[in-house]
Amino acid sequence: MLVNRRRVLATGALAVASSLLLGACGSSDDSGSDDSSSGSTTLTMWVDAERAPALKDAAASFKKDKDVEVKLVIKDFQSARDDFITQVPTGKGPDMIVGPHDWVGKFVQNGVVAPLELGDKAGDFEDAAVQAMTYEGKTYGLPYAIENVALVRNTALLDTPAQTMDDVVAAGNGVVKAGKAKYPFLVGLDPKQGDPYHLYGIQTSYGAPVFERNDAGDYDPNQLGLGNPGGVEFAKDLAAWSKAGALNPSITGDIAKTAFNKGESPYFLTGPWNVPDMQKAGLEIAIDPIPTGGDEAATPFIGVNGFFISSKATNALAASEFVLNYLSTEDAQDALFKTGGRPPALKASFEKAASDPIVAAFGEIGKTGAPMPAIPQMDAVWADWGATELDIIKGKVDPATAWPKMVQSVQSKVAG
Amino acid sequence: MTPTDERRGLRARLSRPGETDGLVGILVKIVLLGLVDAIAIYAVFVLAAQEKWAVLAVAVVLTVGVNVVYLRRDGLPAKYLAPGITLLLIFQVFVMVYTGYIAFTNAGDGHNSTKSDAIEAIATKGQERVPDSPQYQLSVLEKRASLWFLVTAPDGTVALGSSEEPLEEVDDAEVDGSGKAVSVDGYSTLSFEELLDQQDEILAVAVPVSDNPSDGSLRTADGSTAYEYRSNLTYDEAADTFTDTTTGTVYRDGGEGSYVSDDGEALVPGWKINVGLDNFRRAVETPQLRDSLLAVIAWTFVFATLSVALVFGLGLFLAMVFNVASMRGKKFYRVMLILPYAFPAFLSGLVWAGLLNTEFGFINQVLLGGADIEWLTDPWLARFSVLFVNLWLGFPYMFLVCTGALQSIPDEMNEAARMDGASPWRAFRAVKLPLLLVSVAPLLITTFAYNFNNFNVIYMLTRGGPRFEDTTSDIGATDLLITMVYKVAFGTGTGRDYGLASALSIIIFVVIGVIAALLFRRTTALEDIH
Repeated sequence: MLVNRRRVLATGALAVASSLLLGACGSSDDSGSDDSSSGSTTLTMWVDAERAPALKDAAASFKKDKDVEVKLVIKDFQSARDDFITQVPTGKGPDMIVGPHDWVGKFVQNGVVAPLELGDKAGDFEDAAVQAMTYEGKTYGLPYAIENVALVRNTALLDTPAQTMDDVVAAGNGVVKAGKAKYPFLVGLDPKQGDPYHLYGIQTSYGAPVFERNDAGDYDPNQLGLGNPGGVEFAKDLAAWSKAGALNPSITGDIAKTAFNKGESPYFLTGPWNVPDMQKAGLEIAIDPIPTGGDEAATPFIGVNGFFISSKATNALAASEFVLNYLSTEDAQDALFKTGGRPPALKASFEKAASDPIVAAFGEIGKTGAPMPAIPQMDAVWADWGATELDIIKGKVDPATAWPKMVQSVQSKVAG
Repeated sequence: MTPTDERRGLRARLSRPGETDGLVGILVKIVLLGLVDAIAIYAVFVLAAQEKWAVLAVAVVLTVGVNVVYLRRDGLPAKYLAPGITLLLIFQVFVMVYTGYIAFTNAGDGHNSTKSDAIEAIATKGQERVPDSPQYQLSVLEKRASLWFLVTAPDGTVALGSSEEPLEEVDDAEVDGSGKAVSVDGYSTLSFEELLDQQDEILAVAVPVSDNPSDGSLRTADGSTAYEYRSNLTYDEAADTFTDTTTGTVYRDGGEGSYVSDDGEALVPGWKINVGLDNFRRAVETPQLRDSLLAVIAWTFVFATLSVALVFGLGLFLAMVFNVASMRGKKFYRVMLILPYAFPAFLSGLVWAGLLNTEFGFINQVLLGGADIEWLTDPWLARFSVLFVNLWLGFPYMFLVCTGALQSIPDEMNEAARMDGASPWRAFRAVKLPLLLVSVAPLLITTFAYNFNNFNVIYMLTRGGPRFEDTTSDIGATDLLITMVYKVAFGTGTGRDYGLASALSIIIFVVIGVIAALLFRRTTALEDIH
């Protein structure tokens, strides 16, 4: 009896062992050259769930015209950049990836992206979009959408725009005092990291950009603009607005959005991606320029989304054909706008989209903006920058000393 | 030898499992082994075609190993252990060896591939489009297995050339409706499909614009347009240097995984090299890292020790309470108590992060009537919150374990102690607890090791924050070593540094290994009680 059970167990163990080996081999031969033997070519592209539906049409028409299949692999947006950098060198990365332009710096630093010559097509796109895709004098991606933040105003609560941040806070508090709203002003802040991205437009009006730009328009990592005299002024005003109830470190992006859609605030500093839900909630909104605090113009960050080709793409020619000659078309860019709601980078598509006054207004404000720096040093800036702004907003530190300390810390990190 | 002995030996031999295998057993064994071998042979061919020799060697060794183990008559234990050992090799030993390897390299941002990849990337980057040069429409032609570019300039002039033959004007080309030259007599025009078949060759074609190579050459990316490029960085293979053709600067392999000029300017990307003990040195020598490293190590020990103590204390207390025979509704309470254990730590972490939110959290808003307590953003409160949530997550396990252990201690022991006049506390201290520890102590050690690396709770609740104010790194008051390693490796600050992160993990491994070894030695002393 005992012997019998032992035998069964031993056979079971062998079964496990064999399935293990099967598994191990299965994964190792997956990377095999399936596509070269079967004749038809397959491209892979990493996209996030939000953009995949819009790309399906472009992929289908590419398949029809050129008999090349484009496999859309849905990746988590947060980890896509780093996965791309790790996987491309091993040869297992995709042929193409969709992402914002500020990934380019890291891609180039790691040699994982191929330059993309737009040629005469560059003229068909908004200049700012092409410029954003350009890094150290070379273009690396095909832009498809431009986005930036602006001040969204609930016209039912406030019908006239305000110019400066002080006016905005005063007007907002007026509405709150009148009992018509709960918050004078909303902006999504991460309770742990703050949100320098949204507040950047206001900051630049003090003459303190994150990095200075050289004549060619490239950000210079050696010239930190955060330390300009205006920086401290901005920090002091942050504390003042926080005292006035306009900035609240516990209001995250989601909380802000919900509150605004409920009509609890006249102002919301946000981007076009939140507009569809506002309209669904039945709000009447107007798009105002970023309010200023200092004497200079407010230049919000522009984010440009685009398509990049891997430097180790297995089907580089087909990938170039798809990106350069299919995704650059009006049809493709129209479709991407329709599903994503982000203003198109192609001029012709943008003009069509701009028949909507809200898209047009965001676009107009975007023209005053500057591309978010793509240089790898930017990674070193976000954490300190955000945490310090957050501490100032919370009133935990003295802005006059905390801001210069943060600048010093960023400087030492950038210097390596 | 007596006859009895002989008979016993015979019986022993007869009862060897190999000899008593039934027909079905043998068949199943043959089929399974055959499957393994068939797949292994297929994998060997595939791997050989891809020239992945290391993986191939491992596959062959494993397959031969499995065959030997299961075809042998003897060695029954090996037949049981083989699957487990294979798993151990793949998921533990390989990962550890690889981490060890990475710890001695400079792997990370800017150094994430091989030298040849870096050379290729630098060379592509060095290709610069000639300023103000036109965009050419392109047809790719083929003649006797060599590729030719037929290009149409914007002004309508048509020219033909190949990698060997500079561009030359042709006037007998056939032009399509849009004015693009598509074919020339004597050459065959490639269709898009044919282009795809020869992608790599076509992308490698560079047609010189004139006899002078420094005028640039035509290249294509998509097979339908071509641009003039000039290379401003040339690679000299013999000397292993890059030369900037406009400034004349020479970049040499500086021995640190990148090409550097004499002024110290480096070309990106670099590549992965072996850096010896540099990463370990950096972990202890960089002031920014060192200062926070000490604080983090201290907190890690405090967190792990307190977690074990609290969890064990509460678990044991509850187990004793619910072990009282006269209590009613024990089953219900026990189920309720085990519930936190059933939730994934990830989920609970997020839920608690919401509950503890300063402004909108349930605890401040409802339980404390709108208080403004910074549970997660004040350094000491954050440490408290992390410990508290970890206690909530961890006590059910200890409760279960202690309940089991308590029930296995015979009641007579307790009774005997009481008869001898010991107080209940004394009976517990002197009799129950030591007996309990015999079975629970090893679990306490593993709980300690687990909490030493308790990534989930920390990352889900506070992400290691709030940040230390006197350091520039993104390291905070509740950071454990493991979350710090994660931040170094996956760069929420200055970029990813796999080398340093691996070195730190090895340090953690050594620390935990030593502690566990010491403690396990102590627990053997406990077993003497038995």
